[in-house]
Amino acid sequence: MAKTPGSLQHTPEGELRHFISIDGLDRAMLTRILDTADSFIEVGERTIKKVPLLRGRTVVNLFFEPSTRTRSTFELAAKRLSADVLNLDIGTSATSKGESLSDTLLNLRAMASDMFVIRHAASGAAHFIADAVTPDVAIINAGDGRHAHPTQAMLDMLTIRQHTGAFEGLKVAIVGDIEHSRVARSQIRALNTLGVEEVRLIAPDTLLPHKPEALGVRVFSHLEEGLRGVDVVIMLRLQRERMETALLPSEREYYKLYGLTTEKLARTAPNALVMHPGPINRGVEIESAVADGPQSVILGQVTNGIAIRMAVMSMAMSGQLAERQRESARNREGTRS
Amino acid sequence: MSLCIDNIRLVRDGKPDATTSSVVVEDGRFVAVGDSVDRCEQHVDGQGQWLLPGLIDLNCHLREPGAERRGRIATETRAAAHGGFTTVCAAPDTSPVNDSGAVTNLIRDLAESQGVVRVLPVGAMTRGLGGEQLSDMAGLLSAGCVALGSGGRPTANSRVLRRCMAYAHTFGLTLFVQPENASLSAGGCAHDGVLAARLGLPGIPEVSETTAVSELLLLAEETGARLHIGPLSCARSLQLLESARQGGLRVTAEVAIHHLVHTDARIDGYDSTYHCRPPLRSEEDRQALLAGVESGLVDAITSQHRPQDGAAKQAPFPETEPGLSTVESVFSLGLGLVQSGDLSLGRLLEALGRGPAEVLGQAVPAIEPGNPADFFLVKPDESWWVAPETLLSAGKHAPVLYDNLPGVVSCTYVGGHCAYSDQKGNA
Amino acid sequence: MSHLLNVDEQLDSMARALTTLLTERRIESPRLVGIRTGGVWLAQALRERLHIESPCGELDIAFYRDDFSRMGLHPRVRPSWLPFETEGEHLILVDDVIMSGRTVRAAMNELFDYGRPECILLATLVDLGGRELPVQPDVVGQKLSLRPDQRVKLRGPQPLRMEIHDVPVEAS
Repeated sequence: MAKTPGSLQHTPEGELRHFISIDGLDRAMLTRILDTADSFIEVGERTIKKVPLLRGRTVVNLFFEPSTRTRSTFELAAKRLSADVLNLDIGTSATSKGESLSDTLLNLRAMASDMFVIRHAASGAAHFIADAVTPDVAIINAGDGRHAHPTQAMLDMLTIRQHTGAFEGLKVAIVGDIEHSRVARSQIRALNTLGVEEVRLIAPDTLLPHKPEALGVRVFSHLEEGLRGVDVVIMLRLQRERMETALLPSEREYYKLYGLTTEKLARTAPNALVMHPGPINRGVEIESAVADGPQSVILGQVTNGIAIRMAVMSMAMSGQLAERQRESARNREGTRS
Repeated sequence: MSLCIDNIRLVRDGKPDATTSSVVVEDGRFVAVGDSVDRCEQHVDGQGQWLLPGLIDLNCHLREPGAERRGRIATETRAAAHGGFTTVCAAPDTSPVNDSGAVTNLIRDLAESQGVVRVLPVGAMTRGLGGEQLSDMAGLLSAGCVALGSGGRPTANSRVLRRCMAYAHTFGLTLFVQPENASLSAGGCAHDGVLAARLGLPGIPEVSETTAVSELLLLAEETGARLHIGPLSCARSLQLLESARQGGLRVTAEVAIHHLVHTDARIDGYDSTYHCRPPLRSEEDRQALLAGVESGLVDAITSQHRPQDGAAKQAPFPETEPGLSTVESVFSLGLGLVQSGDLSLGRLLEALGRGPAEVLGQAVPAIEPGNPADFFLVKPDESWWVAPETLLSAGKHAPVLYDNLPGVVSCTYVGGHCAYSDQKGNA
Repeated sequence: MSHLLNVDEQLDSMARALTTLLTERRIESPRLVGIRTGGVWLAQALRERLHIESPCGELDIAFYRDDFSRMGLHPRVRPSWLPFETEGEHLILVDDVIMSGRTVRAAMNELFDYGRPECILLATLVDLGGRELPVQPDVVGQKLSLRPDQRVKLRGPQPLRMEIHDVPVEAS
């Protein structure tokens, strides 16, 4: 009975009503998100960086996994849309008292919440909530397990489009821990949907998912080889616990083989972009000189992050409101007949 | 009290009889098979339905004692009867775990007073199913356990596993072990395939099953223990099983019905109904399992019935409880496989009758004078609507739901008593 | 059926009225801001007639509409573009049609998020009446009163044409 990502995220009229994953969204929708974000970037340059779109609406940031950085950008995005924002770190409160996830959310909905921004350690958490718990509240996925982090992926797409103008003909390499990365999963999907020429994954086998080619990528084991001719390099953050679980021998060896240095960057197409979802481990996945160098667009990504989040929040709220209206129209029809 | 059921078709060697016949039941046993007998106190018109020996399930979680909100012996044995089963083996992972004669006796008492089919307790092979200390195997045997098992939980310590087998061998006990290498499956919740990669679900690789199968086969060979393994989910496991059999090892195996009808494609959209262990795997695996049943390499089809309450399935996929509510659908799903040409009727019935009986060392069920009157009547050409309200189990997450399945069981008799009938509600 | 207004003539008269108004108010270098899409075309046409040097600003009021709850977000939002500071400036806000006054209210809200202008003048090509807010244009090309089954639509940018359409009246 579970819904596919496509039917879950759209209203019957094809508008966005939740933002759970890139899966199920077509190129036109992704382009619309990027275009809307462009408008919000302009808003961010004004004296008053605020629009009244979500005035009177309540956005609840539900972080079942701590992340100050992501939560802050969502909070800022919601506030710039004039919404009331409630921040809840659930990891420490309700669920530890034995309250189920469903109960927590239903209680919050009863407080007239219009949108939940959800970060959860389990893959599929946002999908589950939108599908089975509170489909009438707009759900924005702020990261679920290894599954998806679609706003992060879309802000990267926005950054790429700002620098390259288009996606056609681009070769993009994603380097690092693909298997455990929700960001990488969403990026791969977004890049392929937006029509890049090639997505490459560069990692040792222990950091790749089973049969990675099925995700629509080319796989390289050697960084030098994989970087040859690429237009964009996305470096993923390496979690320290990867060493403890026997996925990698040491940070030193990883840096030697997969760390992005000035020398290795020379293999790419001229002026290739260097991106990183942050926070950066300098000297583990990337050399400081590269992270701070002229090809790095790591800092500009923060501005785009707020704009993308404003875009998906306003679009999902819009679809959700349209759906509520249709619902109440149906109810009126029902009482009339 | 004698009962004559007329106008029924027996199924012999996988083929329903062309002509109808009658069976006569007296004092819980068949007394005549063939012509109708006028002097019977009660006559039932079988309306041309098939009359089949009651099915035997080697792997059924009745949930009682301990998890009564997920299922009770009263509800789950009625569900079993609804599915044509007259004998179910009760898995040991109850609470408390069935690792002592006292718990075995409790289960038998409950089955006696509240159950409607034969309940054969399977004891735990380690204390508390903890995988560290041996359970009181001889005590469990004398209390009435028909076998000892892992209850679906992996035994991480190979030395313990080896000693379980050696000790069980001493008493001629059969071990029911679900092969799973805990360190390879750690954290996983879905088949380590393309779909899990896309959904970001931590995978359970095939090797977590195949390495465990290898280990179990080698230990059984060395200790001489009587081993029954499953449910098996991978094609490669069957290859290992086959070569061990060819080498002369006496080992039996089961597959669960859901692995024969579904693949991991079902978990798309994070459908937690299909969260099960071992996980649903690829189409190649499913085809190999079907071939294994057809060739006789696989002895038994089981339900691996694991009823859950709604809350257990209402969570993000990795946090849901594994298991399906299957016992009512096994026969119908099997019949579907027969109709689609994936399985022969003869092998389906053997894997639900003769095969499990032989694993248990029991007489092969047959409609013959002198045998216990364990049987059911089924309308093979009619279908039933599977939905929460039509399922008798407390678990409503059936492998096919809100759809029609072929084969309507109209009544089930255990020892000559009606355990289920669609005529007068539930017996 | 389609009825055409002479847009060029209306623009000429609007330009004359604006010139008079600007002189009266002693405004020397006003900035033009058009509301997308029609208002931008008209602002550009007025810019030529008024010989204003600085480029026209463009407002997309999608984020400021008060009917978001009923209509949702416009699917094609483009960034607003104001190529000048508005703080302390005299602005001429241009739109094709004024009716309820809600669009103008939204546009003024948006303008104030860029800073505090010295004043805002409002010029519209057509005034259909039916105001729901106390907003009045300073300069109007033509007042029209339409039947309930009529709608106006500005086509452009080259040439600019104002069309009046009959629409089927919904059965009530």
